[in-house]
Amino acid sequence: MSGPDVMFPEEQQQIAMVCQRLQRDANAKAVLLIGRDGQAIAEAGDVEELDVTSLSSLTAGNVAATGGISKILREKDFTSQFHEGEKIHVHITLVGGKAILVVLFDERSSLGLVRLRVKKSSDEMARLFEQVATKAKSKSQPSILTEITDKDIDNLFND
Amino acid sequence: MSFINYSSREINCKLVYYGPGLCGKTTNLHYIYAKTSPEAKGKMISLATETERTLFFDFLPLSLGEIRGFKTRFHLYTVPGQVFYDASRKLILKGVDGMVFVVDSQIERMEANIESLDNLRTNLGEQGYDLDKIPYVIQYNKRDLPSAAPIEQLRNLLNPTKVPEFEACATTGVGVFDTLKAVAKSVLTELKRGS
Repeated sequence: MSGPDVMFPEEQQQIAMVCQRLQRDANAKAVLLIGRDGQAIAEAGDVEELDVTSLSSLTAGNVAATGGISKILREKDFTSQFHEGEKIHVHITLVGGKAILVVLFDERSSLGLVRLRVKKSSDEMARLFEQVATKAKSKSQPSILTEITDKDIDNLFND
Repeated sequence: MSFINYSSREINCKLVYYGPGLCGKTTNLHYIYAKTSPEAKGKMISLATETERTLFFDFLPLSLGEIRGFKTRFHLYTVPGQVFYDASRKLILKGVDGMVFVVDSQIERMEANIESLDNLRTNLGEQGYDLDKIPYVIQYNKRDLPSAAPIEQLRNLLNPTKVPEFEACATTGVGVFDTLKAVAKSVLTELKRGS
């Protein structure tokens, strides 16, 4: 699986809370959680002026390219990346091999603090992804896909 | 890999436009971007070389409306068509839900089309996909050019399995939305079928 293919409200809320706590504890500007295919999953902090969709797609591309490099070098995976800017820095980590955790921070924080807080949060997130996967597998939740009719799909494409 | 979020009530899918260099993949996305209302689209991103050739990918997020209260969002990607960017092409195919193969109809590009289609089949296979089993449409682009090969010839060479096919001229938009609608519809139908 290249990303969590489903997300339920209960886990979404818990993941959002982990993102908020991480943003607060790491003194970060913003925290984004992204599927490996580039779908935005959760966010926290100062995101109003961010183009989250574009950022998610580019980050996923970046992680995919880095994964390609690791393969060529016969390295299992480069699990984290750090981009140092003049004002903003970006820390990128893989969470449970399924999602990408992005922390944007400035001079009010430090790489050491971000790394420390990310470690704890990513363990929690990985556990929540497992919970989602188990729930999806058990089919205990009704699927929207079984409710969709051919007519619904036709209606979507009628001009 | 489609992503269904029951919290934000969204269905997200990934479409990839594939084809030989200069066949018109990016032009398709430019046309879709230009003709879509601002509220239905996000920013279009092109990671291109200085000479405007796709280096990694183009990306365009689109909303196609709601089904049963769920927003349907499609992320459109193109791959770099030039042969030596194969490693990048493989990465873009990860998690794909639907494919568009854009054919350059010019007779002198026939070999490039065949090579690109073979490359698509191989690269999809490496990612665990089978082109015959995923939503897939073909677009015969550049139909307006004088050197365009007859459709029958293109069909015999490039569409032996008779998947949905569309004639197009991406610069003027002919066939562009027909292609997009067909693949998006096929992706949703496949999602429903597999549920």
